[in-house]
Amino acid sequence: MALAIGDNAIPFDLPGVDGKNHTFVDYSDKEAVAVVFTCNHCPYVLAWEDRLIAVQNDYADKGVQLIGIGANDAVKYPADDMDSSKKHAAEKGINFPYLRDETQEIATSYGAERTPEIFLFDKTGKLRYHGAVDDNYENPDAVSVTYFRDALDALLANSDISTTQTAPVGCTIKWK
Amino acid sequence: MDIHFLYFEDCPSHDVALARLREVMAEEGIAAEIRITKVETEEEAENRGFVGSPTILVNGKDIVPPPPDTPAMLTCRVYHWADGRFSPLPSPDMIRNALAQKTTE
Repeated sequence: MALAIGDNAIPFDLPGVDGKNHTFVDYSDKEAVAVVFTCNHCPYVLAWEDRLIAVQNDYADKGVQLIGIGANDAVKYPADDMDSSKKHAAEKGINFPYLRDETQEIATSYGAERTPEIFLFDKTGKLRYHGAVDDNYENPDAVSVTYFRDALDALLANSDISTTQTAPVGCTIKWK
Repeated sequence: MDIHFLYFEDCPSHDVALARLREVMAEEGIAAEIRITKVETEEEAENRGFVGSPTILVNGKDIVPPPPDTPAMLTCRVYHWADGRFSPLPSPDMIRNALAQKTTE
């Protein structure tokens, strides 16, 4: 079972592609933190990745922090190991911490199932949105509902989020 | 013309890919039947040389031949479109071009 809307964030302490460990608490001064389960090889991630980078760019000044977490089994899928993640982050210009959940404990505890899958928390650490980036992975020009941005806008304006959950669309997390 | 559509259930857009294939075939006036195979195990992926879902074979050849060292596995496949986009699905033009090539061979 995935975290439910209103549940508290589950703390983590994971290594990042920058060679440092990152914890959820490191970002407790933020207005919102989006934990995004992701990976390097999934076409849905690759399709949406530029839009996630754009969100971080557009909302950084408003106190929003994205954190990517890769949890795929790197034995079966070596394209998702730490070295490949470092390379991928550099090549794509990922502008938020990209962490590696080698034991898959965090992905399991969040109840994440796919990549990409967003868990958006408010400044008190409560889950406010869970799901997809928007409604069109294939064509950014044909998006009709920007679920993630809409949730961020509402959260930052202290308004109700109209759509708090959508079905994450993407590759399944590759469990050990 | 032998058209073979292979997919892995966990990749969510295989139905969209199949619909796209059917649409392009209709546009091109190709009435061939589509063989559909659900690839369910790593062993089956290995035996079939299945490099990801969806894969479309026309007369036994991949419409977008993967690099020779691409491993066979149960995964979702990345298609790199001509306009630079990445997608889990081949573009209509990728399908159209492959079908056109096979009909003239």
